Amino acid sequence: MSQHTSNGVHVASLRLLVTVMVALMIGTWLTVSVTHYDFGFLNIWIGLAIATTKAVLVGLYFMHLRWDKPFNAFVFLSAFLFLFLFIGIALMDTAHYQEVLIPGWPLE
Amino acid sequence: MGAHHHGDGHDPNLAHHFESADQQYQSAKLGMWVFLMTEILFFGGLFVAYTVYRVNHPEVFVYGAHFLDRGLGALNTVVLILSSFTIAWAVRAAQLKQISLLRWLILATMACAFAFMGVKAVEYNSKWKHGLLWAAKYSHHVEEADHDRPTAATDPAVSPDADPNRSAIPPAAEGPAGLAKPAGETDDTVAEVEPENAKVFFSIYFLMTGLHGIHVLAGIGAMIWLLKCLARGDFDGGHFTKVDMVALYWHVVDLVWIYLFLLLYLID
Repeated sequence: MSQHTSNGVHVASLRLLVTVMVALMIGTWLTVSVTHYDFGFLNIWIGLAIATTKAVLVGLYFMHLRWDKPFNAFVFLSAFLFLFLFIGIALMDTAHYQEVLIPGWPLE
Repeated sequence: MGAHHHGDGHDPNLAHHFESADQQYQSAKLGMWVFLMTEILFFGGLFVAYTVYRVNHPEVFVYGAHFLDRGLGALNTVVLILSSFTIAWAVRAAQLKQISLLRWLILATMACAFAFMGVKAVEYNSKWKHGLLWAAKYSHHVEEADHDRPTAATDPAVSPDADPNRSAIPPAAEGPAGLAKPAGETDDTVAEVEPENAKVFFSIYFLMTGLHGIHVLAGIGAMIWLLKCLARGDFDGGHFTKVDMVALYWHVVDLVWIYLFLLLYLID
């Protein structure tokens, strides 16, 4: 039942768009609700997992990556690869200076 | 791509340097994705600052997040998701040449963008009133609610000159009400003592939400441009590329907010 434009571009069905929107709303509700429970250090990872699921839904369906040339997704995802490198190396760097910068490190 | 009139049967919507409408569309799209990649890296610098500070000083973020209104943050998340939906629907409308529907959907998306900025203005205003600002501008002052704590000088029970007939029996060995509770007991409302450098949280908060807000404003500008194109009849023939590109940009604005809401408002 999928529609296409004259030059073969996929047209997302309204039903699919509504479904994704509802899923995103539920995801938002879930993100807020889980903060009421204490999972210790896992809280932030649960939150990030839900946020990333939402981001993937937006990317795949709202941004049409699911039907697009894979190269576009590759370009977009490469931004995150470089972002993780940036964050990872900055964290490795700052970890080396904790004892100098913060009295009493490591905390806890 | 201005309208050409060569009289040679050339499609006015196809630029000369492209072989086909599809190639032109795919090129525009790839260009847009490369731009969105730079956008992610643009925000990326701030996410790095956030991560490094939060790993080193988690207490600053726990403290600072208490001053953000989760309800308003969640409301803005809902508003942006709704706008992402309306602009995604707008792309569909443009693809199917539903011009009137397209106009309404662009207007609905703009309405959401303005609603988002309105809520943001309310939030910024309350931060401003409490001096919860960035770096050197940070001067946190507590509002009335905290001023009616009894102090030693005004409390007759502890002021020796207040009443000449006052009992000579010393008051119970208990501090006057309202003083700080001993360590270990926590109070939910005015939680903990302000950690050193709490201002760093607000510097990061204003930089991240501010850069995001500028992107929302730019999105409003892009949608005004779309309405102009629509009025000119650009979309009548089913040429939806412009709507598609603005929509992609708008979805990234939504994506960034999904993470900002989690990382700034929902810390505990």
